[in-house]
Amino acid sequence: MTDRTGDAPGRDTPEGARSGAAVVERVYRAEFGKVVASLAGRFGDLDLAEDMAQEAFVEAVRRWPTEGVPPNPGGWLTVVARNRALDRLRRESTRQARHQEAEMLSAPEDPRAPVTSVADERLRLLFTCCHPALAPEARVALTLRLVGGLTVPEVAAAFLVPERTMAQRITRAKRKIAAANIPYRVPRDHELPGRLRGVLAVVYLVFTEGHLPGSGDHGIRDDLCAEAIRLGRLLRDLMPDEPEVTGLLALMLLTDARRAARVDTDGVLVTLDAQDRSLWDRELIVEGHELVRECLRRNRPGHYQLLAAVNAVHTDAATSADTDWRQVLALYDRMDAVSPTPVVALNRAVALAEVEGPEAALAVVDVLPLDGYHPFHATRADLLRRLGRGAEAATAYDRALELATNPAERAFLTRRRSEVG
Amino acid sequence: MTQYLLSVWHDRDATPEDIYPSEQERQEAYAATGAFNEELRASGAWVFAGGLHPVNTATVVDGTGTEPVTTDGPFSESKEQIGGFWVVEAPDLDAALDLAARGSKACGGKVEVRPFQSE
Repeated sequence: MTDRTGDAPGRDTPEGARSGAAVVERVYRAEFGKVVASLAGRFGDLDLAEDMAQEAFVEAVRRWPTEGVPPNPGGWLTVVARNRALDRLRRESTRQARHQEAEMLSAPEDPRAPVTSVADERLRLLFTCCHPALAPEARVALTLRLVGGLTVPEVAAAFLVPERTMAQRITRAKRKIAAANIPYRVPRDHELPGRLRGVLAVVYLVFTEGHLPGSGDHGIRDDLCAEAIRLGRLLRDLMPDEPEVTGLLALMLLTDARRAARVDTDGVLVTLDAQDRSLWDRELIVEGHELVRECLRRNRPGHYQLLAAVNAVHTDAATSADTDWRQVLALYDRMDAVSPTPVVALNRAVALAEVEGPEAALAVVDVLPLDGYHPFHATRADLLRRLGRGAEAATAYDRALELATNPAERAFLTRRRSEVG
Repeated sequence: MTQYLLSVWHDRDATPEDIYPSEQERQEAYAATGAFNEELRASGAWVFAGGLHPVNTATVVDGTGTEPVTTDGPFSESKEQIGGFWVVEAPDLDAALDLAARGSKACGGKVEVRPFQSE
């Protein structure tokens, strides 16, 4: 990420060295996943792939500042990492007499082996990292580390857990992949829809953790949003024909476009209707709308595509009053058909309040089984407030505040709570 | 190829009637499990399988001291206990999970999949 190059090692060194180190930093993020994927594909060992990719980057940090950056940095890193992996396996096979590995290494490449592109390798890596046999938090950690190329301290910082804990989480996950023989491949067609949902969920989880962190002091974590969007773009490059992949990217872009307007200078969350729309990122909105149109043309709607379409309606309105709430409501009706969950029903009720009024919405909200979910209480509180039922609204705000952990959201709820008495 | 233990878990206190509410369902489960076993044999995935008597038939032996000590079992106080198992050979975890899903459906119990050490 370009805004991180200022922290690159060798900041105070001469110009040539500085650019070399800065390039390594930038290339690390961009190429790490590719190098790991390529080695994992060749050797079928994630641990080895990660270690050797890391060593290749250490080598780059050492050599590029003086020797200059090679014309194809990713290729250079892959070759260095692969040679190191071969060296290590040869050493181990000599020491432990592991004939099979030695034979594999000395045998010429099998000409009948299927040709796999770099894209295939990265996709395989992504599906392996998001395998349902791994715990959800391990999937996120592995994906950010191996596909996203974040360092272990960066992944640990992203989820506010100690570095040691995160290192263990990643190590345990890799050990399970090896011991249980979790396959390194893109799932077969009949498994693909379910498995792809799992991959999309991991990417969206990273995004929502950035967009509305549940812990820590920040209202928004820009780094996690950017990382999720980067993964979303990668996934779209790899699977351009999957409409839900496009839908997820569009959803993240259209949500991220409003980032500058979402929290005010006092760190208080600003709701959609009160946001300064001149702060929205027009470029992201244009790109997001184009993706949503692409989804509409395909006409295979899914959960993420419909959420993206809702966000397209919002970002299409010049002012809050111009919002086409009937369209939003219609989209939530379709979402309710695709994934009928109480959370979808809650969000649909928000649109219903704009179309039919808060009373109709409250009747729907009141019966939802979402007592442990703070947006349920925040939504109820707002509807009660609009109906002039101040005391009940205050109780609902209190309950929302008991459950909400995001500081910007808490600040907003606290302010609203004080307004209803 | 990796070998996996597919173990079937039941509530310790569950009687056969809890697991299979009617004689017909019990018979169906037995038949389905038998058919699944035949498929395992035919496909070459079969290594071994067996159903176990209830946990109150278990005995624990501790042979780590000078004299073996024998006590009434089971060893684990856990609420969930193994009722039976398969040992299968599969190319990878996905294949093993696929077998586990079919085995679980056949016998009507949840199945844990655990890899054997290869060396």
